[in-house]
Amino acid sequence: MSETADTLAVAQTGSEVVGASASLWSDAWRELRRRVMFWVSVAILLAMGLMAAFPALFTDRGSNDRCDVKLAKHRPPSWNPFAARGHPFGYDTHGCDYWAQIVHGARAPMIVGFVVTGIALSLAIVLGSLSGYFGRWLDTIISRLTDILFGLPLVLGALVILTAFPDHGVWTMSLVLGVLWWPTMTRLMRGQVLSVRDADYVQAARMLGAGDVRIMARHILPNAIAPVFVYAMLNVGVVIGYEATLDYLGVGLQYPTVSWGLQLSQAQELFVDYPYLLIYPAILLTATVLSFLLLGDAVRDALDPKLR
Amino acid sequence: MWRFVLRRLLQMVPVVLGTTFLIYVLVFALPGDPIRVLGGDKPMPPSVYEALRHHYHLDEPLVVQYGRYLLGLFRGDFGETLNGQSVSSLMASSWTVTAQLALTAWIFELGMGIALGVWAGLRKGGIVDSLVLSGTTFVIAVPQFVLGYSAQLVFGLKLGLFPTVGTDDGWPYSYLLPGMILGSLSLAYIARLTRTSLVENMRADYVRTALAKGLPRRRIVVRHTLRNSLIPVVTYLGIDLGNLLAGAIIIEGIFNLPGIGQQVFLAIQVKDGPTVVGISTFLVLIYLAANLVVDIVYGALDPRIRYE
Repeated sequence: MSETADTLAVAQTGSEVVGASASLWSDAWRELRRRVMFWVSVAILLAMGLMAAFPALFTDRGSNDRCDVKLAKHRPPSWNPFAARGHPFGYDTHGCDYWAQIVHGARAPMIVGFVVTGIALSLAIVLGSLSGYFGRWLDTIISRLTDILFGLPLVLGALVILTAFPDHGVWTMSLVLGVLWWPTMTRLMRGQVLSVRDADYVQAARMLGAGDVRIMARHILPNAIAPVFVYAMLNVGVVIGYEATLDYLGVGLQYPTVSWGLQLSQAQELFVDYPYLLIYPAILLTATVLSFLLLGDAVRDALDPKLR
Repeated sequence: MWRFVLRRLLQMVPVVLGTTFLIYVLVFALPGDPIRVLGGDKPMPPSVYEALRHHYHLDEPLVVQYGRYLLGLFRGDFGETLNGQSVSSLMASSWTVTAQLALTAWIFELGMGIALGVWAGLRKGGIVDSLVLSGTTFVIAVPQFVLGYSAQLVFGLKLGLFPTVGTDDGWPYSYLLPGMILGSLSLAYIARLTRTSLVENMRADYVRTALAKGLPRRRIVVRHTLRNSLIPVVTYLGIDLGNLLAGAIIIEGIFNLPGIGQQVFLAIQVKDGPTVVGISTFLVLIYLAANLVVDIVYGALDPRIRYE
């Protein structure tokens, strides 16, 4: 297969093809490496990931640690946090060091973002493959199920479910959102599977006696997954923004959990007088979501030669 | 054509049933006894309690309740709130607010989104293009509630350009700022969608043919490319109208607009099941109707699509 491609390339360019034989992903990787935006977003995400996994690297305080109500809402000494010493980010409404709180606020949204996307992606791969590959009644059932969940507005559904289970932590919340989140990805996956199901190589594999599972896993999945994977990457950012919104509506995470969404929600009534309470978590949240979006965009562009 | 509409209507039946049942079950799972809430602090005599339970049919099995509710729905009866008001009349008063808000947002995203997308797409790789791409990514990355209350502070309170809360100034003045914030996310998607679609179509063979025939560029863009590029945009716009109505919960809360979103939010908090179910059902019906209209318009715009 790649040999023919090489011969073809030689025939077209008249010279030897440089570099290894190009699969979709290695081609995309070569394209990605050249992009500044890709490296910027990877750097930001690595920093945020470290913050979420090892907050001790960034601050010596725990979450809600050494808070003093007398210090509540003490403003940062200077607008430039790098110029000031001591507590350059000021104190939050409970009198905790705001920088430490922001650092600890990274973990919850990151977990929710990845777990929700993970649940939705797994469900989408399984259900989308089954419904696209087998069609018929299985497809009908799965498609109608997606239709039903599609009809339920996401904010509304999450509001009702999360109100019904008031004592939810990060994991319960991820589970609830994950269950609501799969329809879009499943539709995407199903469409992808449909588009490659009748390809020649699938027919060939079937004639060679490959079973359904093998065809789905070895032939259809690798050729159908790319757009779904890109969507999932973008989606982590979307979920993080969504988690913050639910915190804001008061049905998301609750104190003593620390999260950017909760900080933003607390800042709402105060930000006329204490704008820093809003600005710092907003910058980190936006940078994280933005990085996921840019990363997804870059990968999509790299995977789709038409857009180059 | 009519057979297509009929078939789509029939396909909608299980979706309507499924979604409403889902909402019904979810609301049923809300913790706390609504009848006790109704009684307030005073202990309620058992006979009154039983009578009220019977009045709201809470003493019947869930499926029977749901069946009863469906029957009422067919007669246009959305049920009765726990204060004895009919849900229909509650919706009638708040409906106009949400409709005006959603319409403002919709007009804004339609006009601005398509204009920006076309502008960027025609100058791919230029300054305008980069600005539109980075601007829209930013809008997608910032949570809408942060955007909402920041805009409320800056444009409403500090600059005094717009009313900050309520609907006292009527349409359009009171709805301009919340409408723009509500529409901003979709605006970003529409601008990007229009841009991508236009860029792809500008490379199509028929554009080259038109150029070769000596048609002026303006005519090619307006008569040939744009018509083809706007098909996915129209689809998005149609479905989004339903989303805007349902997604107004957050914006209505920030700008204190007494619309449907706020009614639902309040109803969820006081566990007023009939109201939540009634309004949700209504939203789902609108969403499905919007989908149907989009499907029909789709065929009118793109003659390649045939209704079978």
